[in-house]
Amino acid sequence: MKELNGSQMISEALKLEGVEVVFGYPGGAALNIYDETYKQEYFRHVLTRHEQAAVHAADGYARASGKVGVAFVTSGPGFTNAVTGLATAYSDSIPLVLISGQVATSLIGTDAFQEIDAVGISRPCVKHNYLVKNIEELPRILKEAFYIARTGRPGPVHVDIPKDITAAIGKFEYPKEINIPTYKPTYKGNAKQIKKAAEIIEASNRPLLYIGGGAIISGASELIREFAKKTGIPAITTLMGLGVMRDDDELNLGMAGMHGSYVANMALSESDLLIALGARFDDRITGKLSEFAKHAKIIHVDIDPSSISKIVNAHFPIVGDLKSVLSELMGRINAKPENFEKWREILARYNSLYPLKYTDSEEVLKPQWVIEKTSQMVGDDVVVSTDVGQHQMWVAQFFAFNKPRQLVTSGGQGTMGFGLPAALGAKWAVGDKPVINFTGDGSILMNIQELMTSVVDKKPVVNIILNNSFLGMVRQWQTFFYEHRYSNTDLSIQPDFVKLAESFGGVGFRVKTKKEFEDALNTALKSDKISLIDVVVDRFENVLPMVPAGAAIYNMILDDKGQK
Amino acid sequence: MRRVISVIVLNEHGVLSRISGLFAGRGYNIDSLTVAPIPESGFSRLSIVTSGDERVLEQIVKQLHKLIPTYKVIESGEFVEKEMALIKIPLNENFGGLDAILKAYNGSVANTNENYIIVMVADDANRIDNFLKAIKKFNPVDIVRGGSVLMDI
Repeated sequence: MKELNGSQMISEALKLEGVEVVFGYPGGAALNIYDETYKQEYFRHVLTRHEQAAVHAADGYARASGKVGVAFVTSGPGFTNAVTGLATAYSDSIPLVLISGQVATSLIGTDAFQEIDAVGISRPCVKHNYLVKNIEELPRILKEAFYIARTGRPGPVHVDIPKDITAAIGKFEYPKEINIPTYKPTYKGNAKQIKKAAEIIEASNRPLLYIGGGAIISGASELIREFAKKTGIPAITTLMGLGVMRDDDELNLGMAGMHGSYVANMALSESDLLIALGARFDDRITGKLSEFAKHAKIIHVDIDPSSISKIVNAHFPIVGDLKSVLSELMGRINAKPENFEKWREILARYNSLYPLKYTDSEEVLKPQWVIEKTSQMVGDDVVVSTDVGQHQMWVAQFFAFNKPRQLVTSGGQGTMGFGLPAALGAKWAVGDKPVINFTGDGSILMNIQELMTSVVDKKPVVNIILNNSFLGMVRQWQTFFYEHRYSNTDLSIQPDFVKLAESFGGVGFRVKTKKEFEDALNTALKSDKISLIDVVVDRFENVLPMVPAGAAIYNMILDDKGQK
Repeated sequence: MRRVISVIVLNEHGVLSRISGLFAGRGYNIDSLTVAPIPESGFSRLSIVTSGDERVLEQIVKQLHKLIPTYKVIESGEFVEKEMALIKIPLNENFGGLDAILKAYNGSVANTNENYIIVMVADDANRIDNFLKAIKKFNPVDIVRGGSVLMDI
């Protein structure tokens, strides 16, 4: 058995877990860890310029690769800066391990310099956390952290390690097996419930697949496509479920919810059987609960029992891994596409009545056009990250996602500032494949310093700012619901984004026409430097359809006549 | 609606905070919470008295299960439930009838000094309520009530 110090144990554990890259930011309490990081050859360390960005980058890496993302931060403010990243990953069930330095055990509780109760703060926004109190338990805790992060419903795990523990010497035996007597995720669904679900589906007339992010996490995308094809059941997705169905699949009705398509929301409202696959009935999807899918029985498949019947009552709950449950269901189902022909016809009519659309213009660039054009120009072999706001919803509506893990976006928390660091993390996961970050003029400024990270590490990503000189989504709400009182949303006074990009060592473009945009994107895609394309778009374009918060999901604002 | 839940958890650093944090963060009520290690095991038992409808209770149980250190959540079935109270009464009170009340509630005198006597009683929550009403006439200066401890039958 090897004798190692705590910092060496961290490096060894990361090696044994197959970690390729760690994102982080050093500091006093993490000095021993960083000293060892300097010496080891197992993983690359990427220095972000803010701890929040380090966690978002680890998160983006995890979303794009399906592996566990890892970040290091120091104690006190280093850790508190990382909390937004943890919350973001927790909401979207992203596997990551955050290792934070802590003041020495003798100083804990004394209000020492850069001391904070890190495990107390992270507790509500992680799947699990640890404060390491002696060196003997460090190997087991590290092993458990990775295991808990990636199994069951994945999530972030935080390990807080005091400085003296990172220097203390102990025996290093990395456990081969994990035995946490209290943690046994259920993977296999109950056979009786699956059989019942098959019968209910066959007896239904207007069934609907409702696909969430869990479908991507469990690797069930291909199976869901087959299931839809075999049964002819149409599908709606959440924001997190985009890419599970091909964009051009006839059965794919697109995203439902507050900014979902008309047909998706009407399908929800008129379905008689909702088959929820790794989706958690977020309020942005359900709208007014009493009106949500009120004609439908609900089959809910989820690996997390606490997600079932949390918001809507599931008539047929199945706890288990979606991929495993669906494989079994496939074997049992006899439903044929012709059974649901009438239902699909009704939906096709809805789709032709109000398709997703926008009015293009030759005078001013429309954000939707920019997204559609980008999608056409780059095709499928790309990862797209977004920040949060109008641009995020337009990307969900107008970018053709055809593969799982193609979209990296903050769904549950809606974290502005997520896009750029997450794109950098995703770039580490996908190598040569282009990574494009759609952002807004509000969002990009929340983590703009990460342009530096990209330049230093030679990991270029393309950033497209849909610049309407507004906090667009808030402005949209102010337009619709606050009588155009644009309180603190006008961002007309802006930095020169082109110069900003250049000053960091990247390339910048400011574009106002279609031709300029196409040229800029072509140049950016070929560039070996990070790029910012500042696209001047229509200031008052709204994301439509829109369901006002708290309204029934079928009560959509379909156009904005008179709203400008 | 009043609910009682018994939870068995790994006896590890911060576990009580995880449980109480779960209740606080999700807006569930805690009427009382007691905790102590289970002898000769690595586990602790928490006895929680809470309130809420069926739906809330179902979520509480699921969310408790979701915590990594949770081994078992017992919420159905019958429980023996006992709560404890200590009552401090000035010695200059007239103690006529105190004996009878203590006897009725299996109470006893826990301590005395030159100024006060301290009586104690252990019973179910309703009976403790009644005991405290009955003992009011002795003008107690301090009452300490412990949370319920539960054992499933």
